[in-house]
Amino acid sequence: MRLVTAVVKPFKLDDVKTALEGIGVQGMTVSEVQGFGRQRGHTEVYRGAEYTVAFVPKVKVEVLVDDADATRVVDAVVAAASTGSIGDGKVWSTVVDDLVRVRTGERGADAL
Amino acid sequence: MPDVDSGNTAFVLLCTALVLLMTPGLALFYAGMVRAKSSLAMLMQNFVCLAVVSVAWLALGYTLAFGEDAGAGLIGDLRFAGFASVDEGVPGLDLSIPPVLFATFQMLFAVLTVALLSGAIAERVRFGAFVAFAALWTVLVYAPLAHWVFAPSGWLAALGVLDFAGGLVVEVNAGAAALALALVAGRRLGWPGEAMPPHNLPLTMLGAGLLWFGWFGFNAGSALAANGLAAQALVNTHFAAVGGLIAWIGIERLRTGSATSLGAVSGGVAGLVAITPACGFLDTGPSLLLGLLAGGASFFAVQFKHRLGYDDSLDVVGVHFVGGVVGTLFLGLFASTAVNTVVASEGLLLGGGLTQLGRQTVGVLAATAFSFGVSYLLARGVDRVLPLRVTPDQERAGLDQVLHAEQAYDLGSVRTMGRL
Repeated sequence: MRLVTAVVKPFKLDDVKTALEGIGVQGMTVSEVQGFGRQRGHTEVYRGAEYTVAFVPKVKVEVLVDDADATRVVDAVVAAASTGSIGDGKVWSTVVDDLVRVRTGERGADAL
Repeated sequence: MPDVDSGNTAFVLLCTALVLLMTPGLALFYAGMVRAKSSLAMLMQNFVCLAVVSVAWLALGYTLAFGEDAGAGLIGDLRFAGFASVDEGVPGLDLSIPPVLFATFQMLFAVLTVALLSGAIAERVRFGAFVAFAALWTVLVYAPLAHWVFAPSGWLAALGVLDFAGGLVVEVNAGAAALALALVAGRRLGWPGEAMPPHNLPLTMLGAGLLWFGWFGFNAGSALAANGLAAQALVNTHFAAVGGLIAWIGIERLRTGSATSLGAVSGGVAGLVAITPACGFLDTGPSLLLGLLAGGASFFAVQFKHRLGYDDSLDVVGVHFVGGVVGTLFLGLFASTAVNTVVASEGLLLGGGLTQLGRQTVGVLAATAFSFGVSYLLARGVDRVLPLRVTPDQERAGLDQVLHAEQAYDLGSVRTMGRL
């Protein structure tokens, strides 16, 4: 099993969700996060005083998938989240050792 | 009891309600500009003025401002304390409305003026200390200055200083006192290095809209009659706000590349401030010009605090003091006898010479010196008995939770555990 994590632009969330549903992903966890990469922050001006906003709002999407599906899911997210401009985010996947469905107690791939 | 005109009375009743609305409007205007964690405290400091200043005005403020002159045009006597004998009328004023209505209309000017001060000391002052300062300031600073300028026997009024609706009494006064308070209260933790951007500009714009609306009552109502002068004052008020808005966003578009919403309402308010003393003495064209000048002047003036290092958090000095001075002095250039026969000496640019400009300058200097001086001493005095500042930990946590046991926004955080 693998955990695919994507940090993407907030307005791309709908596209990512649709794309993942389209390839059969059955669930995901979404959270609002802030951060910066090479894009850095941006500047806001209030009554002439400039403020640098260091952390830019992003959305984090987490999906648990079978080993065999991981690459396909990552590629689907990348395709859906891309605008071509700076700040599009990152997608990565990591190995998951253990997984339990809370309701039934099923373990491992059965719990996906 | 003077002869009461029903039309004039109906008009001033309505204007009194409009002026009342300016204080909640100011509360929203200010609250949107502070950080979320202290936004309720900001609203409370404004709303509480409706209560505290009203009581102070009823007890002593009105009589010190509009009682029989107790000597040299400096202060009124105590005949109207607690609104006693208020029906006798106002010494020297030929009223056509019930005097108790005049007293209440004027009361709401005092309320708004004290509420204005809270913007200079946002996000760091204890509620109780502010309440004490508000009550004392109404009696010791606002009422005497109102006597000097608004009472016919006041020394500045007798000198011929023009102030239709409170450029000196409300705007210059609030601005000078705000500077004194900001100096005594000190800077917010982290200012100016740390970013403290406005948390809700839509609230600020809503508040500005209410201010603009209420200002029609403030300025036109100061004619105290439903007549042509009131109409001219209302039109002038509108065009000054328009001028201020245009000037501010125009300059910032050229200098920073963006016309901002905060800039638009800041400029509008600067125009409204500047027209306050002048609205009953100017033609429409000069009013638009005054708005443009005031918007431009305030745009640059709000930067002073960064150079000079005082944390006038919401720019009471940059907008109200500067706008008030610009509007008061502008009368020295454009005051018109054709608009208002009270104008004894026309403005410089209407061929009246320097007389009126000189009088207006005396008014500005006297109001500034008195307001700043007494306010500074009063703030120091209150601070010794009831410390103005919250503790550093309280300031970091935010005043809403610490002082009022509430928070402004509860929008589905982990804390709410799905209850929303």
